[in-house]
Amino acid sequence: MNKYILRLYITGQTPKSERAIENLRRICEDELDGQYQMVIIDVLERPQLAEDEKILATPTLIKELPPPLRRIIGDLSDTEKVLLGLELRRST
Amino acid sequence: MTLDKREKNHIEKLPTHIPGFELISLGGLPCGRTTLISGTAGSAKTVFASQFLAEGIRQGNEGGVFVTFEEGTNDIRRNMLGFGWDIQQWEKEGKWAFVDASPQPGTEPIVIGEYDLGALLARIENAVRRVDARRVSLDSLGAIFTQFTDNNTLRRELFRVVSALKAMGVTAVITAERTEEYGDIARYGFEEFVADNVVILRNVMEDEKRRRTVEILKFRGTNHQKGEFPFTIMPDQGLVIIPLSAIELKQKSTDIRITSGNRELDQMCGGGFFRDSVVLVSGATGTGKTLMVTSFMAGGAMNDERCLLFAFEESREQLFRNAVGWGVDFEQMEREGKLRVVCEYPETTGIEDHLIRMKQTIEEFEPNRVAVDSLSALERVSTMKGFREFVISLTSFIKHRELAGLFTSTTPTLLGGTSITEAHISTTTDSIILLRYVEIYGEMRRGITVLKMRGSMHDKEIREFIIDGGGMHIGKPFRNISGILSGNFVHVAPAEMDRINSLFTEDEEDGKEM
Repeated sequence: MNKYILRLYITGQTPKSERAIENLRRICEDELDGQYQMVIIDVLERPQLAEDEKILATPTLIKELPPPLRRIIGDLSDTEKVLLGLELRRST
Repeated sequence: MTLDKREKNHIEKLPTHIPGFELISLGGLPCGRTTLISGTAGSAKTVFASQFLAEGIRQGNEGGVFVTFEEGTNDIRRNMLGFGWDIQQWEKEGKWAFVDASPQPGTEPIVIGEYDLGALLARIENAVRRVDARRVSLDSLGAIFTQFTDNNTLRRELFRVVSALKAMGVTAVITAERTEEYGDIARYGFEEFVADNVVILRNVMEDEKRRRTVEILKFRGTNHQKGEFPFTIMPDQGLVIIPLSAIELKQKSTDIRITSGNRELDQMCGGGFFRDSVVLVSGATGTGKTLMVTSFMAGGAMNDERCLLFAFEESREQLFRNAVGWGVDFEQMEREGKLRVVCEYPETTGIEDHLIRMKQTIEEFEPNRVAVDSLSALERVSTMKGFREFVISLTSFIKHRELAGLFTSTTPTLLGGTSITEAHISTTTDSIILLRYVEIYGEMRRGITVLKMRGSMHDKEIREFIIDGGGMHIGKPFRNISGILSGNFVHVAPAEMDRINSLFTEDEEDGKEM
């Protein structure tokens, strides 16, 4: 299995940010079996990183590896859709 | 309200340094607030947004942040270079920063659950800090709606962005798309509520001619000029607004007389033109208007005045050759720096551009006298409204600088008649001189009369004049003919003339009344 590199951009410790982190962590633990690296970036502290990636909305999840690159916006509250978006599930 | 309280509530304005905008906005954009700039596609919104920042850097050394939702940053850098704004250089100097929020190539992001525009806000704040910005432009709002589909979220987030801009203390402009020139302020129907102030840019098709205007729709809590003002886009300047009613009518008036270049005409005018007056010369083709312009220039040069001639009907060669035919050496005058002749085809550009170029030439050459031959030629390239504005604006500009102006106007018919030019200009000029053909028993002669001479006595007669190698020679009044101005000549027997004259004794005073 390829290793997943996931970056999650948030703005501060808001309920939305907390929800997104929690949802992502649960999905990774349930589905990725330790084969992942998860980086959380607070754009209030590191605005330049948001600039470099041209991120507008938060939370934004970027799946850097494996290719193709994917962006998911929102608090990741729908697990099935997130799995589809990360291509961990085929759409039926 | 006490004075202190008024001052406290007073909204300061930030000069945009966009030419003309301070006049129509009475000082600039409300400081520390957000202004919506709304317009259809191609109405110069992006130019406005860029110029607002560029002039801030150039005139006030104020940093600026450009947030683009639509065009890529490279396109903007390249497009604006045409106006002389070297954005790349300013970026290097830390005066200009982009926040690139334009759609990125590749797959569209998937939206799952709630989100906000916190990252965008953090980036704007970061950029504002980085270049110590006082001005921020966001261009254009409509484009963000194509990236995100949840309008409610967007609306809430845009309010948040605007209040954050206010908290940062910057003065901001946000551009928005409209679908029609006269209709809803902006496409999504709520953009105008985001901002305290709304400015509309229009690009209307009228008589197959494009006419750009700018209108300040609202400035919350502060004043501005009402209505639409024409503007144009100059290659090396950007937007240039032509304020009309903003021009103050407080020109000083002088009683110093200058020569018209023709001694007899000076006499008819009660001693010459006034130094700061605008004279209109109207006549059919071939009646001698260009000759009057030529004498006016020569008369100025003879008294060591600087003369400027805008010619829209004849080429330089023609003008110079004609002048020689009347005993005037334009070439010599130009060599001595007393004359500049600017020849242009009216069709080369729009009337607003002509106006701005003419003003620039006047500012640069600093003449004492300005002649335009003819105004009517410019009528062709403009809408009626545009032409009226042109005449008013040029007249005010000339009077404001206390110059002597001579404009010519060609009547459409050979005999009698008036032109549209006269309808628009007659009230703004100080003097009107008519040149007319007069038919006497199958022979065409020429007549001249001073119709109006503000603030002075003048000759009321219609006099005959002839043109020869020495120019214009004004002679005796036409005695036994009437109906010259209307072109319906009636020959009156001399005996009848005497009888009529004796009925009106005040005719003895002819030429001495105001």
